[in-house]
Amino acid sequence: MQINVMINNKQVSLQVEPGEFLAETLRKHGLLSVRRGCDTSNCGLCTVWIEGKPTLSCAVLAFRVDGKKITTIEGVAKEAGEFAEFLVAEGAEQCGFCSPGFIMTVLAMKRELPNPTEAEIVHYLIGNLCRCSGYLGQLRAVKKFLGVGLI
Amino acid sequence: MLSITELAQPETIEEAYRILTARPSNVVLGGGAFLRLGSRKVGTAIDLSRLNLAEIEEQDEYIKIGAMATFRTLETSPVLNSCFSGILPKAVGNVVGVQFRNIVTAGATIFTKYGFSDFITALLVLDTKVELHAGGLIPLGVFLDSPRQKDILLRLWIKKEPRQAAYQSLRNSAGDLPILNVAASRLGTEWVIVAGARPLRAKVAVQAAAQLSSADVSLETIRCAADVAAAELSFGTNARGSAQYRQAMCRVLVKRAVTEVLQCKSM
Repeated sequence: MQINVMINNKQVSLQVEPGEFLAETLRKHGLLSVRRGCDTSNCGLCTVWIEGKPTLSCAVLAFRVDGKKITTIEGVAKEAGEFAEFLVAEGAEQCGFCSPGFIMTVLAMKRELPNPTEAEIVHYLIGNLCRCSGYLGQLRAVKKFLGVGLI
Repeated sequence: MLSITELAQPETIEEAYRILTARPSNVVLGGGAFLRLGSRKVGTAIDLSRLNLAEIEEQDEYIKIGAMATFRTLETSPVLNSCFSGILPKAVGNVVGVQFRNIVTAGATIFTKYGFSDFITALLVLDTKVELHAGGLIPLGVFLDSPRQKDILLRLWIKKEPRQAAYQSLRNSAGDLPILNVAASRLGTEWVIVAGARPLRAKVAVQAAAQLSSADVSLETIRCAADVAAAELSFGTNARGSAQYRQAMCRVLVKRAVTEVLQCKSM
């Protein structure tokens, strides 16, 4: 079937299979920042925004986003780059495989939670797993990026 | 591996039900968070997104939660945060991550009757009914004990009353499925205690609640009620914990939940 979606502010029409998940659709469309990780809805690597809400694209059937607005990290590249500098400064980028999904969640949090506490930050980011960093560097980077204090 | 032959996005509930009952392999889609984990062959997958079932509606006597409302909607709902000591947002707020909770729906969780559900445990200590298209309005407990039938869950109805409630869970790590969860509520002197993720489906601890309801609540009666709950419910073993461990921790979580209820302010 054909779906019409706004991907990163561009209107596109895509052919999708009934059982096809959004992560595959976006990757086929060339958006390779959308990573395939656990495929069991746990790791957060495939996080994109659907209508501005962070969502696991590996668990959303593609036909369900017909008519909706999808944002991947390519669509917020400038802001993502700014945050990435904080990650690098804190030594939290490591292998980088989880970074696109993680950054999309952080930027969604920035829009959703004004002036979050450390506990709120941790709670919001719990769905993004990272096997390299140990999370503390990431937390420092997030707090500095948001300007909500240091550890 | 998941296989779907056809898709349907009906405009009316009658149409959705007609498609659902047309073939045994036709199913209603929930949020889809666990679709990948199965190897199901689906005939027609029915998406209810066009039926306006994603809202939480506060009425005079009931709060109605649409079947397609996501856990994130429940978690951030001002209405639910202000009722029943905020037990429902607290219960679902621990489910994996925010990206997951933006997918998972209230209706699918209830209809599937997941044993590990945080949501079912919390709902069972409230006066909750399930609205089914064909089956009508029935108490949640009755629905959970009924054999599964082809039907469409439309809404949850929660009676508005000054009930204080608390939710406790035990997890190996934040965001993991619970090893055990417990909820308790009090309306006047009447208590309800529920344990879930045993790993079997949540169940009401009838004797423990009766004991607590019939006596002045003290540290001693709470301890006794916790012992009764652990004794009257059955527990099982899986990768997350043994039956013995769950039974021991049931006592702890019941004590914590009841104590927390006592500290709650009225609605």
